[in-house]
Amino acid sequence: MRIALKFNLGASNKNTAFRSRKYVRSIGGNIIVTLILLLTGIFLALPLVYGILSAFKPFDEIFLFPPRFFVTRPTFDNFTDLINLCSNLWVPFSRYLFNSVFVTVTATVFQVLFASMCAYPLAKNEFPGKNTIFTVIVFSLMFVPQVTFLPQYIIIAKFGLIDTYAALIVPSIGAALGVFLMKQFIEQMPTSVVEAARIDGSREFGIFFRIIMPNVKPAWLTLIIFTFQGVWNNPSTQQFIFSENLRTLPAVMQVIVTGNIMARMGVGAAASVFLMIPPILLFIFLLSKVVETMAFAAIKE
Amino acid sequence: MEISLRDIKHKKNLTGLGHQIIRGWQNYVLMAPFLLFFLLFTFLPVIISIVYSFTYYNILTPPKFIGWNNYLTMLLDDDVFLIALRNTFLFVLVTGPISYILCFLFAWLINDLGRRIRAFVIVIFYAPVLSGTAYTIWLFIFSPDSYGFINGYLMKFGFLKEPIGWLTDPNYALAVVIFVQLWLSLGTGFLAFIAGLQGVDRGLYEAGMIDGIRNRFQEVWYITIPAMKPQLLFGAVMQIVVSFSVADVSIRLAGFPSSQYSAETIVTHIMDYGMIRYEMGYACALATFIFVLMVLSYKLVGLLLNRIGH
Repeated sequence: MRIALKFNLGASNKNTAFRSRKYVRSIGGNIIVTLILLLTGIFLALPLVYGILSAFKPFDEIFLFPPRFFVTRPTFDNFTDLINLCSNLWVPFSRYLFNSVFVTVTATVFQVLFASMCAYPLAKNEFPGKNTIFTVIVFSLMFVPQVTFLPQYIIIAKFGLIDTYAALIVPSIGAALGVFLMKQFIEQMPTSVVEAARIDGSREFGIFFRIIMPNVKPAWLTLIIFTFQGVWNNPSTQQFIFSENLRTLPAVMQVIVTGNIMARMGVGAAASVFLMIPPILLFIFLLSKVVETMAFAAIKE
Repeated sequence: MEISLRDIKHKKNLTGLGHQIIRGWQNYVLMAPFLLFFLLFTFLPVIISIVYSFTYYNILTPPKFIGWNNYLTMLLDDDVFLIALRNTFLFVLVTGPISYILCFLFAWLINDLGRRIRAFVIVIFYAPVLSGTAYTIWLFIFSPDSYGFINGYLMKFGFLKEPIGWLTDPNYALAVVIFVQLWLSLGTGFLAFIAGLQGVDRGLYEAGMIDGIRNRFQEVWYITIPAMKPQLLFGAVMQIVVSFSVADVSIRLAGFPSSQYSAETIVTHIMDYGMIRYEMGYACALATFIFVLMVLSYKLVGLLLNRIGH
């Protein structure tokens, strides 16, 4: 006998097909869920929306009392100011853009590839040193970068990599987060497919590329999002370079945003908005693939 | 099947450590590229930092070995450290579990909505993290003069006579920073949980239905959560690391140092000593200390997670 709670958040429909689980919710349950999501969404999005709107405000509207949320006379002034500012810089804007894209994309590609390659044996195979290696990797996450940057600098200097693109890319490749994420996801996969492939004579590398990776797509897509976002928004690798023409766009923009003088408030807001765009675009693009349903229909344990 | 004496002798030879390593050679090859970068640029710096923690090092002159002195000073002689420690614990205890549970709850609630709504909600949830340093917008909202959003509206409706210095008043600063950190932290674990929820084998749900699971709560507790244990562990570690290393948010919002050190965390303390006072040895000792704290939290969380679903 089914006991339906009054605000039943959903009870399974017993005759559903494999893929579609339709949940029958009471109206009360629906309302509660929608309400919660709405309130939280507002809480999360509000400051950002405010920030974006501020970027379009003409100068006199930014300092109103009481502060107004919406913009009455939207203008692109801030953005044109920003562009003017940027074109007066030493280094052409396009150079900064190229630097950022190059560095971020390279770092992301290698980090995801190498991290996944490392995560697969740690997740599915047994070999000497496995636990030690994994523990070391996880523990290294727990040492704050504000302190490790100094030895990192020394090491990069010893390799003669200061002031090169490598200095911007390489520390991100050695980051431990990727391996941890991938390992946990790969662990979740049923091992039978892997074993079947091994019996069929496939080498580990082949297993990796042809079986593991397609099946943990949400995992490495998530990792791409994380890594891209991390490298793009993180200026701390900038301390390894000196030449102005190696700097990345986000670093430059962030200087503009945080070095806000009253007069440049609008430009700062515009810069913030501009900075947000690439990670958000990438995120939206990949998102549809992350929430794809996984097909484990081939496995019947 | 007949097993001859030769088989037994042969087999015995191939289980030694050396042979295990050789047989698993492909694993090592797969791991090698990452491990190369990792050892050089992540692991080695950590070891060096730990070594530095036992020295007096002002970056300009070579480090001088002083044994446990840094640790003794830290625990016995540093008042700001104690404030920072207390604040950091508050961050960990408040933003940690709350954020973690909320992340999971929302990921679970959203999981069943239609594809479009789901995508839209995910973007909104992850937006605070995606926007990088845009959390400085909260600076305008909590601004201590009457232009600040909150002050403005509270005064307009008569709740307030004078603007409150949300971020400058030692009484409020910490609370505000914790609040903003909570806002920021809903993103990361959330994404991992969503991806993880996708990966749970559907067959388990069917089996559960047959076995008599009647409502969603049971389903979550007995099927979903245990199936997601690896992701839960990942989310937990992320949460621990992030909560313990709160620093930039505090600096941007409450200043560096915050008034009367009210919003000081261990990491801002590290930055204080490491980058401003150039006492790198002491900073490393602090970093090693929270490293130990984080490891202990990790073990604790691991124990807790093992008991889920029973």
